[in-house]
Amino acid sequence: MGRFVARRLLQMIPVFLGTVTLIFFMVNVLPGDPAAAMWGDKAADPAQLAAFKHARGLDQPLIQQYADYMGKLFTGDFGTAMDGRKVIDKISAAMPVTIRLALLAFGIELLIGVAIGLFAGLRRGKAFDKGSLVLTLLLISIPVPVLGFIYQNVFAIQLKWITPTVQDSMNLGQLVLPAIVLGSLSLAYVARLTRTSIVENIKSDYMRTAVAKGLPKRKVIGTHLLRNSMIPVVTFLGTDLGALMGGAIVTEGIFNVKGVGFELYHAINLKEGATVSGFVVVLVLVYLAASLLVDLLYAVLDPRIRYA
Amino acid sequence: MRGASQVKWVVAAAAVALAATACGSSTGSTDAGGPVNAAGTLSYQSSEPQNPLQPANAMEVGGGRVIKSLFKGLVDYDPADGKLRNQVAEKIETTDAQNYTVTLKSGWTFHDGTPVTAASFVDAWNWSANVKNNQINSDWFSDIEGYEAVHPEKGDPTAETMSGLKVVDDTHFTIKLTGPVSYFQYKLGYTAFSPLPKAFYADPAKFGQSPVGNGPYKFVSWEHNKAITVAAFDKYAGVDKPKNGGIVFKNYTQAEAAYKDLVSDNLDVLDQVDPADLASYKNDLGDRAVDQAQGAIQNISFAMYQDGWKPVDKAKVRQGLSMAIDRDTITKTVLNGSRQPATSWVAPGVMGYKENSCGDACKYDPAKAKQLVTEGGGVPGNKITIVYNSDGGHKEWVDAVCNSIRQATGVECIGDPKPDFKTSRDLIKKKQVQSMMRTGWVQDYPLNANFLRDVYGTGAAANDAGYSSPEFDKFAAEADKSTTVEKTAELYQQAEAQLAKDMPAIPLWYYKTTSGYSKNVQNVKFDSFGDPVFTQIEVKQK
Repeated sequence: MGRFVARRLLQMIPVFLGTVTLIFFMVNVLPGDPAAAMWGDKAADPAQLAAFKHARGLDQPLIQQYADYMGKLFTGDFGTAMDGRKVIDKISAAMPVTIRLALLAFGIELLIGVAIGLFAGLRRGKAFDKGSLVLTLLLISIPVPVLGFIYQNVFAIQLKWITPTVQDSMNLGQLVLPAIVLGSLSLAYVARLTRTSIVENIKSDYMRTAVAKGLPKRKVIGTHLLRNSMIPVVTFLGTDLGALMGGAIVTEGIFNVKGVGFELYHAINLKEGATVSGFVVVLVLVYLAASLLVDLLYAVLDPRIRYA
Repeated sequence: MRGASQVKWVVAAAAVALAATACGSSTGSTDAGGPVNAAGTLSYQSSEPQNPLQPANAMEVGGGRVIKSLFKGLVDYDPADGKLRNQVAEKIETTDAQNYTVTLKSGWTFHDGTPVTAASFVDAWNWSANVKNNQINSDWFSDIEGYEAVHPEKGDPTAETMSGLKVVDDTHFTIKLTGPVSYFQYKLGYTAFSPLPKAFYADPAKFGQSPVGNGPYKFVSWEHNKAITVAAFDKYAGVDKPKNGGIVFKNYTQAEAAYKDLVSDNLDVLDQVDPADLASYKNDLGDRAVDQAQGAIQNISFAMYQDGWKPVDKAKVRQGLSMAIDRDTITKTVLNGSRQPATSWVAPGVMGYKENSCGDACKYDPAKAKQLVTEGGGVPGNKITIVYNSDGGHKEWVDAVCNSIRQATGVECIGDPKPDFKTSRDLIKKKQVQSMMRTGWVQDYPLNANFLRDVYGTGAAANDAGYSSPEFDKFAAEADKSTTVEKTAELYQQAEAQLAKDMPAIPLWYYKTTSGYSKNVQNVKFDSFGDPVFTQIEVKQK
């Protein structure tokens, strides 16, 4: 197990370097000059533009900029954005918000999704199963912006239970609705995956044995059925955590949440290479950590899976 | 002449101040609301500033409007009529439109208590103009003598100060320009010309995060990406004392989200209604909906540098094409009423604006249009293309304009989209447009010269049409030499008359401020820049 973790950690290094390199060059080949963009619709003053680029090292050849960027990255310096703020400051301001939002969404999809899947699987063909099929189909087919606007209109404008947008991005209570919107799609997937897995495993030998041994129903379902059925769900959830972190752009926009999505959206609009790369680097790390966690969880869930 | 007009401004400013106080003491303001909480704060839809908050470093609205509330320069523009009024300046005198003597009022202080002196201006301008300090608005100082020395085309500056600026004493300084610019005072209202306190120079970057100004509001906090908060400054010496306790500039990524907050009274004043809600916002907000002209215009210009457009007769063709455009219908339907049909080349609310200076040429008359186009020998190649950028929501109206031209005159007309603003600008700058292009102008200051000299003068930076008229230039040059702004505006109206004869660009419509406010506030007015008059807004008592 220790060797496996060590090997996985080592594998992360080339993946990490590769993504950062790719992102850096992809952002920089995008058309448009971030420095000239600061002048908006007006023509940039050439002397000012040159001075501006020089101050930020943008007049260097791209390969030199890349070397500088990578060199600094390993000392924890993510560079400086066009507005003079450190990218690391932007990350540390936006990350806590998005982590809260993503974890809330994750919690909602995990608890409700697994619960729906479990009951539907146990009561296959019954009314609840059919109802959950309709519900999950509905959730999968409605695009996130539509769902966001519907919730906003129903709960904020019509019922006035909440404010239409999040007033304080760090307030967990206010983040619940955006989290539901963000988690809805995955919730449907989790429910469907769990249900299928339950239906498959319920007829397996170990289940028959467990029932024949006279184990209490709670133990049969909790320890034997659910645990073995969670493997595909955990795989999905692991990659989903990363997707939730990065994919919140739309949801954060609708509810005016000041997280990673908000920063990324702005940075891409302004063609700000340093900020985009900085955020993507952190998201890559989140993804890598989540997938490592998933791999480790396999062994916990099913002892037959061994790591060499 | 100069003195007389100055007195008029002072009187006008005093009248505004009196009117303002009278208005504040009575409950009967325009919205006829309830009692007012003078210490109440209001929230405004804004965006994250792109740069630190230094006066010469804000070109976009997110930082610009915050700086406008924190700093006050020598003069500003009366929001009611766009006219210049004195603020820190007691008077600005000139006899030749090139040498100016500025006298400051006493009693102005920065928010940290230090007095505003002549040096506060001169040092700030010298610092901001210096190329080393990377201020995005530094070219605003280019009229001043010695600008080249602190801001050379290439290389390091050869001087620290501009030779045209001299401090006489604490309340006087002189400005010498490289040539006569009669409307230089109008430029002085721009935020780049704000004074800076001594504390600024110790650490400009740090200052940019918590600025100290001399304006109606003082800085409270800047939570990046969330909000900037300012509070009323009780020792403010200007004519526009705040009638509220402060402003929270709240950030929004999406205009739709801000609109929803406004409708549910979680946001007090909106910047602009998003396109999706344009159709219904007047219904949603009732008399709290705002719909007024802005100091910006949309044109389509001719590529006057192409041989086909050069012959004298072609002016008729251009006038005919202008008459072929049904502005009323297009603004109402395609643009959802968010624009106002133009009748001149200058936007309303701007000093020197003359309604109908375009005359019959801007009235829809398909029969006359066809006749004029035929008389002028037709369009070169009997085909028009209109170059525009397809990333700015222009496709719909360009197609509508083309349809209108095609139906009225039979001339073939198609839109020529370029993927983004930059690509279309490149083409226009390199003078490679074949027949027509989309052009627009947003005012820098509310004077007609800004819409005329800077856009249609021979060789002007924004003269995309490549228009060159000796008559126009003559009036413009005369106007620039006159020593009163009134005379300047009048002479520029004569220059504008020349545009009606030559028609180098077809005025289409003026931009509008489509906005609104919540039930928590009243007396919300917008100026010609599209910004609310923050100091006038009253917060209702809860």
